[in-house]
Amino acid sequence: MPGKLKAKIVAGRHLPVMDRASDLTDAFVEVKFGNTTFKTDVYPKCLNPQWNSEWFKFEVDDEDLQDEPLQITVLDHDTYSANDAIGKVYIDIDPLLCSEAASVISGWFPIYDTIHGIRGEINVLVKVDLFNDLNRFRQSSCGVKFFCTTSIPLCYRAAMVHGFVEELVVNEDPEYQWIDRIRTPRASNEARQRLISLMSGELQRKIGLKVLEMGGNAVVGYLQCFDLEGESGIVVRAIGTACTLDKLSAGANANAYTHPNTAPASNACNSPSKDSKESPLAHGCRSTHNSPVHSTCSAQRLSQNFSVSVPTLIFAGMGSGGSVGKEAGPLKMLLRQQTQTALEQREFPFFTLTCFPPGFLVHVGGVVSARSVKLLDRIHNPDEPETRDAWWEEIRQEIKSHAKALGCHAVVGYSESTSICEEVCILSAAGTAAILNPRYMREGCLDIGSGDHSCGFCHIPYDELNMPFPAQLTYCYQCRRQKVPDVLFTTIDLPTEAAVSGKGCLIQARLCRLKKKAQGEVNATSISNLLPFMEYELHTQLMNKLKLRSMNALFGLRIQISIGENMLLGLASATGVYLSALPTPGGIQIAGKASGDLSNEQHVLSIQKRINDAMAKNKEMYHINPPELSEEAAGSPIPEPKQRSRLFRSQSESSDELSELDLSHGKKDAFVLEIDDTDAVEDIHSLLTDAPPPAGFYSCNTEVMPGVYNWTSGLQMFTSVRVLRLSNANLTNQSLNKIFTDMCENLLKSLYFKLRSMIPCCLCHVNFTVAVPEDELIQVAVTAVAMSFDKEPILEKLGDRANEDQLQFPMELCAESASVAISNLTAKFTATSVDYGSFADRCSTWLELIRLKAHTIRRGSVKTISSSERCSPLPEGRSRSLRSTRSSGGGGGGTAVTVVKMTPLSFLPGTRLIKYLGIINMFFIRETTSLREEGGVSGFLHTFIAEVFAMVRAHVAALGGNAVVSYSMKECVFMENPNKNQAQCLINVSGDAVVFVRDTDQEATPTLIHTSCGGTDGPT
Amino acid sequence: MAVELDVFVGNTTIMDEEVYQLWLDGYTVNDAVKVRMVSEGMEEYEASAEVVMSDTMDQYRTFQMCERLLHNPTKLANQLLFQIPPHRQAMLIERYYTFDDVFVREVLGKKLSKGTKKDLDDVSSKTGITLKSCRRQFDNFKRVFKVVEELKGPLVENIRQNFILSDKLARDYAAIVFFANNRFETGKRKLQYLTFQDFAFCAGQLIKNWTVGAVDNMVEDMDVDLDKEFLQDLKELKILITDKDLLDQHKSLVCTALRGKTKVYTEMETNFKNLSRGLVNIAAKLTNTKDVRDFFIDLVEKFIEPCRSDRWASADMRLYLTHYTNSAHLLDTFKYQVVWDRYMGVIKSCIFKMYPQMSTFSTPLSGIIDQRFVHVKRDFGPLGRLSIFL
Repeated sequence: MPGKLKAKIVAGRHLPVMDRASDLTDAFVEVKFGNTTFKTDVYPKCLNPQWNSEWFKFEVDDEDLQDEPLQITVLDHDTYSANDAIGKVYIDIDPLLCSEAASVISGWFPIYDTIHGIRGEINVLVKVDLFNDLNRFRQSSCGVKFFCTTSIPLCYRAAMVHGFVEELVVNEDPEYQWIDRIRTPRASNEARQRLISLMSGELQRKIGLKVLEMGGNAVVGYLQCFDLEGESGIVVRAIGTACTLDKLSAGANANAYTHPNTAPASNACNSPSKDSKESPLAHGCRSTHNSPVHSTCSAQRLSQNFSVSVPTLIFAGMGSGGSVGKEAGPLKMLLRQQTQTALEQREFPFFTLTCFPPGFLVHVGGVVSARSVKLLDRIHNPDEPETRDAWWEEIRQEIKSHAKALGCHAVVGYSESTSICEEVCILSAAGTAAILNPRYMREGCLDIGSGDHSCGFCHIPYDELNMPFPAQLTYCYQCRRQKVPDVLFTTIDLPTEAAVSGKGCLIQARLCRLKKKAQGEVNATSISNLLPFMEYELHTQLMNKLKLRSMNALFGLRIQISIGENMLLGLASATGVYLSALPTPGGIQIAGKASGDLSNEQHVLSIQKRINDAMAKNKEMYHINPPELSEEAAGSPIPEPKQRSRLFRSQSESSDELSELDLSHGKKDAFVLEIDDTDAVEDIHSLLTDAPPPAGFYSCNTEVMPGVYNWTSGLQMFTSVRVLRLSNANLTNQSLNKIFTDMCENLLKSLYFKLRSMIPCCLCHVNFTVAVPEDELIQVAVTAVAMSFDKEPILEKLGDRANEDQLQFPMELCAESASVAISNLTAKFTATSVDYGSFADRCSTWLELIRLKAHTIRRGSVKTISSSERCSPLPEGRSRSLRSTRSSGGGGGGTAVTVVKMTPLSFLPGTRLIKYLGIINMFFIRETTSLREEGGVSGFLHTFIAEVFAMVRAHVAALGGNAVVSYSMKECVFMENPNKNQAQCLINVSGDAVVFVRDTDQEATPTLIHTSCGGTDGPT
Repeated sequence: MAVELDVFVGNTTIMDEEVYQLWLDGYTVNDAVKVRMVSEGMEEYEASAEVVMSDTMDQYRTFQMCERLLHNPTKLANQLLFQIPPHRQAMLIERYYTFDDVFVREVLGKKLSKGTKKDLDDVSSKTGITLKSCRRQFDNFKRVFKVVEELKGPLVENIRQNFILSDKLARDYAAIVFFANNRFETGKRKLQYLTFQDFAFCAGQLIKNWTVGAVDNMVEDMDVDLDKEFLQDLKELKILITDKDLLDQHKSLVCTALRGKTKVYTEMETNFKNLSRGLVNIAAKLTNTKDVRDFFIDLVEKFIEPCRSDRWASADMRLYLTHYTNSAHLLDTFKYQVVWDRYMGVIKSCIFKMYPQMSTFSTPLSGIIDQRFVHVKRDFGPLGRLSIFL
């Protein structure tokens, strides 16, 4: 009997009126765990009942503790008829199983009903007593920590990164069971909610077991998704990166590496030149398969288990020719060998992380992705996970081989997704091929900062003489020693050490393709035929838009392809930046199809002018001023035949046309757009219609905006959903594209307008998801966080830079002699104690490094950082949850609700995360049969999203937390039937519950960590 | 192609104060968009009508969802659905309960019943305030009335605690509740020149001095009902006008005190008995509910109008009332000094407040014509209104 779960029902408040006669409610509560149920007494005639129940005790296996949620049902007692359910609360007790996380769950939870939404609140106390488990063959994995965050969590240090873990569980969907015909929608929704909750628990437990097997103690970058396959069932699958994490010692507010928001990468790159060489342009995409018609053979082969493998594209920086710098060559070989041994033991050297400790990432190859179209009604054993396992296995193998083709041994920033329409399912996987530092695969090596140049990751990992695709290479504009491609696409966040010129911006490519309605294999084949073209088009759009902004790299690239009955939607989002190490991008050249036609030529000229103007404007807007490079410093240009290629829109390539085009664009090389067909016109059009964000706004889809550092604590996380109904029956691809593009643009405009009070502000982690919920509907959902920042006064900026330079110095020293560094640093502390707060974070990072090197550092010398304020040692969240436990009086009690911040990022600016309380993974269904009365579809969804936020906040507050980081809404399935006045929506959200303290409350840290380590929850 | 669904939900609920005001003022979404499009700062964001429309719809939806909570402001602080910073909560509540003085003037003293609510469209067309806004304000009055009706303790404090309002607004609501409870007539043409704030001041005086709560602060309705015993005692004051000796004595005392100090001495002297009878008769009749309702109209007719027609300046009136009150103490045979003070204290401050300034009172009260119309209105119901405009 390895665990005892205890629950106490304290009180309720704001209950709905269940008895029309008395306008009151006779409420009681059922507490259920597994198959055991307890009941409280009926608290008669009251809307704010005080049950103050005894402790209900459940003696259970820890396996059940992990799988099952605690289920609390509030009911209205009825003497003559059946008791009416008011609503339910599901509490995931997983955070209590981890000694470091929360020790008690206590607080007000919204009582949720799938038909009526939130109906009052209930105050609950939950505790778990775990006994030591001596069983070696246990099925549970209690104690393994889970993080949604895709970097090493801020108050931990990665002792070792073990690698990829994945798991998948399948079950029948209750909505498709025979019994669903006779039960109420409420019962069906609740069965589904409960099932998914159980399945996620089971999944997490199984992944935990794998982690323990690997010798790890945590999963970072945990990504759990569910696929509603319909008839064939519900699949819950998850991937993550197994790690061994060490908690950083008390008082150390350092993250193992500097966060980009506190440490601006130095812009001082060695001095690249814009006009020193004539590197030919390149278009950066190639399909690794020869043609998209790969499916014909598979269609014959797989009559039972239909599967189409879709040719995959590798996006990468391109280059060609040249030879390796002498000193770099052997090193690279050595490195490769080492990594190989470390990584080759792994089946899939994949990492779901997007942000790494410095030095972890050696080289980045480019984006690798694979997609495959499957038919769900051909699964042999729908209830068994084997078939899906095999599908994913196949895709992962493909990704692995793509990475190999790029000369890489690992894939970072890896993610998987699906899109389902009826019986067709697209499985997609994407990541960034990379070479990792082998040292990080061994125990205890993760803290050494790399002495490498900040440009290291840009250098090509593949062999120049044996290029995986045609590409243009130049010598790195920073170190001048190694080759870099002219463009780099990745799915990861911008590495902290990267040198960037100016700011970044959100770049989106949007695409709609019509397809005929079809069934089964025909449908699947036509989809798989369309996919490569879509990827190609999206890639072209991205490339054009990147060039238009005078940028040369994309980070956080995420391509989503969504299927509907009669169309495919593609949306690619990424953050464009100008990497100082990469060459300046050339211009965009417009070419007409035929010379001689005067009006046409003028048209071409006018477009050309508009494009040039737009580029100049963008350069200014994003502050892109790469330092000029003197001729000799540029090093020898790579000898290269002056060749030019262009982007052909038509399938056929005619080389004789080449001579007619003037491709020069100033002295630089140009990217050519030929307007010889409607597609291209449309392209150019969309290129120029993308409105820049209004003044004072920036946007990106990565963790932080390159070039913006001084965040204030003002932040606003939001979710916005739009659904568009296409009325016109005979739409063309072009008009559909325009509609879709306008929809996305308008949505962004609306967001800017709504958040105008936060200017200057940056929308970070802008995450678009598209779906085709019905024939004529397009749904776009966005979740992002708006963060305001201070406009930096120039003087302060200079001062900051100076400080940093000084700090950099001791840091480099510390590797050799810690004592020097300490004295150096201490001296600095005393000298600049005045405005310490501003860069305390950064200092503490260096401090941490030093502390790990030499334990001789004395507290006294560190003390200077903190202004000795001890006023409020408890963070808001904790103090509140304690208070609420006591003053559980409820009713109109004056206890204020804890403010819970939410953000899709892994950090909160101006704060330190001192404790991770566990993962939040919640799934809700809401249904209505009175759509009009609830304010139509918008009113319905608005309420539901607000309710989901409220429930997430309540759970976090009950765990004693005051924020959710790495929050994401992974699913938002909305279905409506206005004629029947009905609608249904499913939402799945996840994130990490945390406790943060403001940077200004320095002293709070030791006190609090001490308290929590002791396992007691009393206030200090 | 149409936007089927469009929502924006922030973790912290975003509420634009300007849009909130438009919503409170009862603008439709379309009208609100029109107003916003021409308001300042819009061109800065290059906001298209579409964007403003989307934002306005969203905000309106949020307000509608919040309205339920605003009906019970104490819930707003500990509800979980919307995360709203405390100062924003206070703003939302305060603005929601703020009312238009023009509107409240129309319903002040009326029964807060369904019947009155039905007539709100008339009020709306008369005041130019949208019907929606009128309804909200009326419902607010009614809601506050219902909640505090049954509560013990001081009225203003109860309102402030149950609705989390500012002191000023709580006092105004206390006045409204007090007027509605006692059904004071305020709608007569003769009282039209008085603002809501004038009445609110008087209500404050009455609550403080004439209610049950003035003597005992732990009974129900203490601040809403007038002290019955006190009203009974007021009958005794009649002696001041029925006893001829006493009346003469009183008059001579006042005259002695005022001689040479006021320009309207002769008018005062001739009118003294009339005025005194007026004030004392008001006191004596207050046991009748009907006469309580006419309290303010009586004050105007019996005291303010005669003084005005004799062109008393405010200073004259003040001087007169002060001496009139104080002289009663010197009357040997007058034994009801305490009741007299309690009565006259309120009367004095009410009349001081109500006595019109010269400028606002350009023409003598056109009593006769107005009376006729009022009668017409009363007799013919809604048709009477037409005759006024004809």
